[in-house]
Amino acid sequence: MSAALPLVPLVVLLPLVAAAATLLLSRHEHAQRWITLGVLTAVAVIGVVLLIEVDANGPLVMDVGGWPAPFGIVLVVDRLSALMVSVSAAVLLSVLLFSVGQGLADDDDDTPVSIYYPSYLVLSAGVMNAFVAGDLFNLYVGFEILLIASYVLLTLGGTEARIRAGTTYIVVSLLSSVLFLAAIAMVYGATGTVNMAQISERVADLPAELQTLLHVMLLLAFGIKAAVFPLSFWLPDSYPTAPAPVTAVFAGLLTKVGIYAILRTETILFPTPELNEALLIVALLTMVIGILGAIAQADIKRMLSFTLVSHIGYMVLGVGLGTAAGVAAAIFYTIHHIVVQTTLFLGAGLIERVGGTTSISRLGGLLKASPVVAVLFFLPALNLGGIPPFSGFIGKLGLLEASVAVGTPLAYTLLGAAVAVSLLTLYPLARVWNLAFWRPREEVADYRSVLTAELDENPFGDSQGGKRALSRLMIGATAGMVAVTVGLSIAAGPLYDLATRAGADLQGTSRYIEAVLGGDR
Amino acid sequence: MTVSLALLVPMAVLYASGVYLLLEKSMTRVILGILLIGNATNLLLLMMSGPAGVAPIADGKEPGAFSDPVPQALILTAIVITFAVSAFLLALVYRSWRLAQEDEVQVDEEDVAVATRDTQAAEEPDRGEESSEVSAPAEDPNAPPPAEDPNAPPPAEDVFADEESGDAAELPGVDGVEESTGDTEGGR
Repeated sequence: MSAALPLVPLVVLLPLVAAAATLLLSRHEHAQRWITLGVLTAVAVIGVVLLIEVDANGPLVMDVGGWPAPFGIVLVVDRLSALMVSVSAAVLLSVLLFSVGQGLADDDDDTPVSIYYPSYLVLSAGVMNAFVAGDLFNLYVGFEILLIASYVLLTLGGTEARIRAGTTYIVVSLLSSVLFLAAIAMVYGATGTVNMAQISERVADLPAELQTLLHVMLLLAFGIKAAVFPLSFWLPDSYPTAPAPVTAVFAGLLTKVGIYAILRTETILFPTPELNEALLIVALLTMVIGILGAIAQADIKRMLSFTLVSHIGYMVLGVGLGTAAGVAAAIFYTIHHIVVQTTLFLGAGLIERVGGTTSISRLGGLLKASPVVAVLFFLPALNLGGIPPFSGFIGKLGLLEASVAVGTPLAYTLLGAAVAVSLLTLYPLARVWNLAFWRPREEVADYRSVLTAELDENPFGDSQGGKRALSRLMIGATAGMVAVTVGLSIAAGPLYDLATRAGADLQGTSRYIEAVLGGDR
Repeated sequence: MTVSLALLVPMAVLYASGVYLLLEKSMTRVILGILLIGNATNLLLLMMSGPAGVAPIADGKEPGAFSDPVPQALILTAIVITFAVSAFLLALVYRSWRLAQEDEVQVDEEDVAVATRDTQAAEEPDRGEESSEVSAPAEDPNAPPPAEDPNAPPPAEDVFADEESGDAAELPGVDGVEESTGDTEGGR
């Protein structure tokens, strides 16, 4: 038994306990903030320790409550889980710093302080639980924890726009949860277990039609969560209205939990290639339709939401190829995309701060007004578009190589689409750059600076200009994330190797099954 | 596996009525639909535990006679989750009612803006001074369908003409023709 084993449940337990503590301390904002920061830092450290340990010595399996594997609940950490836990914890930590800097907690009437930190911690616990879950039902519980916290965060303050957006989001999420639960019921009826390793052992004996049915049900449920076309309609509708840090963390993590679940489904539960072609077609549609939607948008946050949908297609492409190289590229791309998409949404939050709006038709002259913000938006934008030295390019190159290796006409079609979509991604980003940053302020048709806008709304009040200024912490948090994106590009070699090893773990179910169910532990 | 008809029929009915309610526009009905679908799924879970047996770990019984306890544990968890979510949804609907006095899901304004922007952009070049209300009022998706009654009160264009351009209101005879052509163009 490994010495790191007791760390496994802590990634879920620490945030949950801290959530309870912060809820009790709802009147002491400073205490709440420090607890949240401390706990998320601890989780990030634990994630890295687990990653090193797992990479060296193989998967860690924790039998919760001491009940042996097929009977009790298991928490499993393999390379993929540990990688996701570490990256997610880092992202959660930076976004938390950003939101502290934004003063989300104190001077915004739309956002009551006392429930922000607890909800954020519960969200973290849900995400971590989904990543370490070793059985389907625990995965479902992880999803529900993070979803319920996300309902609270999305409708924070209860303004009309957020309630409207929240309603769509909640109803769609509930539908996907019910589908997932029904799928679990059917899986249990067919195999008599919810333990993923045991399902994997037994599923091959089922009739082919039943396998397809269960497979499709699970993919539908996860597809809604991952925002795969045509199940992606809810995302651009609901994300942009939330506060900037909340949108950033949703965009970075929640859809990726869906992708993670799809990865597990395709590799451990149903390693057969029967639905791979369907996945590839869906990936194609997701990429193309998502980016076309992004081109139509005039609001930066909505545009980013559509690019998010579009780039989910790349990850599905990697999974759908069904080869070790494809899965490895998908894992690397997922890591890259979590960081970059979060950074871009934080950048949009900075733009909103400086310019007072995120509508590109009303922004201008930001390059002069705030060169720092310009740099912090420009670098991740290039990265998302897949410009060579950055990690986006490396991830895409991996996906393209994997497609060539598969070599079917469909794989080549996807290769072409992936390149085209990558180019098209640059178009809306370049438009944001041209209009919001490069265009002189005088050319904006009805320009209203933040100060005049506030004077219009509140002519006799004190000037609020100082409050709206950028705080050093917001810049620092975003700059930290940009540094991580650049770091991912520099350290791409070792990271890609790690992703390849994580992908290799998932090839062939025997290793996972042996780790979870194997005799002498 | 044999399934009890007494469970199967209610499950089907619950799913059917749940889906029907979920597709309604009124939020209250959507919530009721979600509750029905949730309960139908719980019944599905129960069915999957196989035939009913005696209480598990009851003294002196054969293990083979036990009911399968796992699905019951799963159902219990699912019930608690549905309960929490329903409470949240009810609060949300109440808040929505307080804010908008409206029980229906509203259409996203940004979506409407994107959907109607192209027609406006296309009109931009020939949008001269002559008639200022070329951009036809975007159809409000939340509005009730237009009445077929021929004796209905004055059509909506008059309202917009008054609001958007003083000229049109002052010289109705002159602008009348242009107005109508402008509207048909804009409506496309």
